Amino acid sequence: MNATEQLKMFAYYLDLALRSLRRNRALTMLMVLAIALGIGASMTTLTVLHVLSGDPLPGKSAQLYYPQVDPQDIKGMYPSKEPPDQLTLIDGLNLLHAARADHQALMTGGSVPLQPEQSSLDPFYVEARYTTADFFSMFDAPFLYGHGWTEADGEAKAREVVIAKSLNDKLFAGANSVGRTLRMAGTSFRVVGVLDSWQPNPHFYDLNTGSYAYGEQVFLPLQTMLELRLDRGGSTDCWGNGGGGVGSILPSDDCVWLQFWVQLDSPAKAAAYKEFLAHYSQDQKALGRFQRAPNVRLRSVMQWLDYQMVVPDDVRLQNGLAFGFLLVCLVNTVGLMLAKFMRRAAELGVRRALGASRRALFAQLLIESGVVGLVGGIGGLLLAMFGLWLVRQRPSDYAALAHLDLSMLFTTFVLAVCATLLAGLLPAWRACQIAPALQLKSN
Amino acid sequence: MTMHPIFRTWKRHMAGIVLIVVQIALTLAIVCNALFIVGQRIERMRRPSGVQEQGLIRISQTWLDAPDAGTPAGVDKLDAMQRADLEALRRLPGVIDVAASDSMPLQGAIWSGDLRRDANQKRAMGQAALYYGDDHMLPTLGLRLVAGRNFNPEEIDHHMLRSVQTPAVCIVSRAVADQLFPAGGALGKTIYVNRHPITIIGIVALLQTPTLAEWGRDWAYDSILMPVRLDGASASYALRVRPGREQAVMRAARDALFAIDPLRDMPDTWGLQTMREIRFKAYRGDRGTVIVLGIVCLILLMVTAAGIVGLTSFWVGQRRRQIGIRRALGARRLDILRHFQTENLFIAGIGAVLGVLLAVALNLWLMAHYEMPRIPPPYVFAGVLVMLAIGQASVFVPARRASKVPPVVATRAV
Repeated sequence: MNATEQLKMFAYYLDLALRSLRRNRALTMLMVLAIALGIGASMTTLTVLHVLSGDPLPGKSAQLYYPQVDPQDIKGMYPSKEPPDQLTLIDGLNLLHAARADHQALMTGGSVPLQPEQSSLDPFYVEARYTTADFFSMFDAPFLYGHGWTEADGEAKAREVVIAKSLNDKLFAGANSVGRTLRMAGTSFRVVGVLDSWQPNPHFYDLNTGSYAYGEQVFLPLQTMLELRLDRGGSTDCWGNGGGGVGSILPSDDCVWLQFWVQLDSPAKAAAYKEFLAHYSQDQKALGRFQRAPNVRLRSVMQWLDYQMVVPDDVRLQNGLAFGFLLVCLVNTVGLMLAKFMRRAAELGVRRALGASRRALFAQLLIESGVVGLVGGIGGLLLAMFGLWLVRQRPSDYAALAHLDLSMLFTTFVLAVCATLLAGLLPAWRACQIAPALQLKSN
Repeated sequence: MTMHPIFRTWKRHMAGIVLIVVQIALTLAIVCNALFIVGQRIERMRRPSGVQEQGLIRISQTWLDAPDAGTPAGVDKLDAMQRADLEALRRLPGVIDVAASDSMPLQGAIWSGDLRRDANQKRAMGQAALYYGDDHMLPTLGLRLVAGRNFNPEEIDHHMLRSVQTPAVCIVSRAVADQLFPAGGALGKTIYVNRHPITIIGIVALLQTPTLAEWGRDWAYDSILMPVRLDGASASYALRVRPGREQAVMRAARDALFAIDPLRDMPDTWGLQTMREIRFKAYRGDRGTVIVLGIVCLILLMVTAAGIVGLTSFWVGQRRRQIGIRRALGARRLDILRHFQTENLFIAGIGAVLGVLLAVALNLWLMAHYEMPRIPPPYVFAGVLVMLAIGQASVFVPARRASKVPPVVATRAV
């Protein structure tokens, strides 16, 4: 058969399939609905899971690592216990100044009161990130205007600020505000850069802020924050006599409250850095600062998110449930197709007797189930869009992120068609086993 | 009635029967476990918080012009600001009582401390939520004192959180008292909170901690009231108002506080809310899960019922002649109806047995991955009954159609 004939046969089978599907409308509707419901439910939850467990910085995240060391006292120590999730200020500054990585940034979060120049705007709090200079280049934060501050500016405790696009829109109507002044916490800061829309999800570099849909409006040098004692938020974990961390008092040396990220461009460098962390811990122990044996971790972004169990349990649970649901819908469709195809044994017998090969019958039946899958897939897509709309109405922090993307759209159709073809295989095979003579005789 | 004709037909429909059995088993397994989760969540949402929720309002705000809390003068200024707010709120019509109260059950923000019975104990005996506030906190929250007394006004201190000053007395929830002193007699004893000695002067019946998070699950009712007004850029208050006056008081409270100091952050979303709203927000995740699982179960049962209807209809159509013959040989309509009903009972029965095994397996898997307790047998039994009932109900329509096949069909060639 050449291509045109094949196409003709395909069109003929399609015509047969549509006729057959029209003949048992209720049954066809039932099959399409079952597939649509199964696909709709599983695509809704799969999309949510896909969004939540996504890579916050695709292409870059594999080179970013989160070093952890264990500066705690000896109380409550047991082997294989994880080190704290954050760093003390001393360790943070030591590791920062050691500069053993390709890039490194030490940071923490907080909020600062902002006094707009415009009298029409009341003072308000903005979410702030206090960080060191490498933050922007290391995390590929895109600049709309200007640039970040330099390392020297940071060390000099410069009164400089990088602001987010949303704040620039609010305060400066979206104009290039580089060089303008911003008054925060009673101090004047010079705007050096404006970020374009940038919001990694999950908010991997500091999960204390809530994992999703969180973005800072101002970025200030950490050293400036330390000098001005700006208000900080997030978590502070202390041991021994550790305390502080309220108002202008910084957490004491027995508290961890800073996040430290490094960029390491090759696995060899990562291994060397881990070695360095162990040496550092050893040195600190020799100095009497650390009491525990070196206990270090160096996790990549995805490993860190996994370790922190960022994806909510309920989301994973619902996803599992939805796939169980899809499975039942598929079994249901297999049963209904079996019933339908077997009922047409007579018709198939006639076609066999008239010379149609088994292969041809098989192709015909599979096209029929493929059509059910396609229509079910479209229905499932509509249901998934409705389902995601419902998810967006819910008040969780990730709700706003639940949108169907192109890859998920594609997955929907592939899943629907493959699922029904799979569901059609057994019934089609059974139907094709019919001996033509037997069927003709019983008629 | 004899089962024989039923099983005889099964050989010819093996594939269809297996599919229905599998579908029933899967549905049963999923529905049982989903309903178990739903049941657990509903139970969780119904737990009492220990406070009198009706007529309770929480106000939480941050001063934009707060003085530096790092100096003694700043701390005193912050406390004066807080007391001015409390005075203003107390004067509002409809307000019964007002307290400085940094947190509330279900509200989320939590300070906690570890508990010891003596200072040298190596391991802490437990953990408790610390509710900081003044002597009005107990009556305003509506807590029930089962032993001892409330704080005196002169016992109320004020300082920052993580200050070196620690209070000398506290009121504990019965859960804390029972945990530290299983034999009783907690009242008047000195305990160590974060290794600081504190004397128990009162015990309240029940007080849930502010958090519903996983890590606080084991000590959900271990709470301690501390006689301290916390000073800081933020301050929170609890208001007891006359029933039905909540909205009017919240409007008046907003105006009164902004009149004292307009430079404060106190949005409607979290600044002013009734305990009802706090409860509603705290359990929205659970409520969402309940709704999602409920809908999925319902649709699942409907799909399975539709599948049974579809396959049975097909069998009825295929067996019209045999049914006619049986009718011609003297079977009554009722016998034919019973044939299909009984057949379905067998199929659903096999599916249910398999389903019970699958349900238990699924439960075991969930227990391994999601901190889920063992599924209680009543859920499984209920699931089996529901599946059998659905089978019987959905087979009824095609079976009735079958019973209407006239005996004369036997004489016709199809």
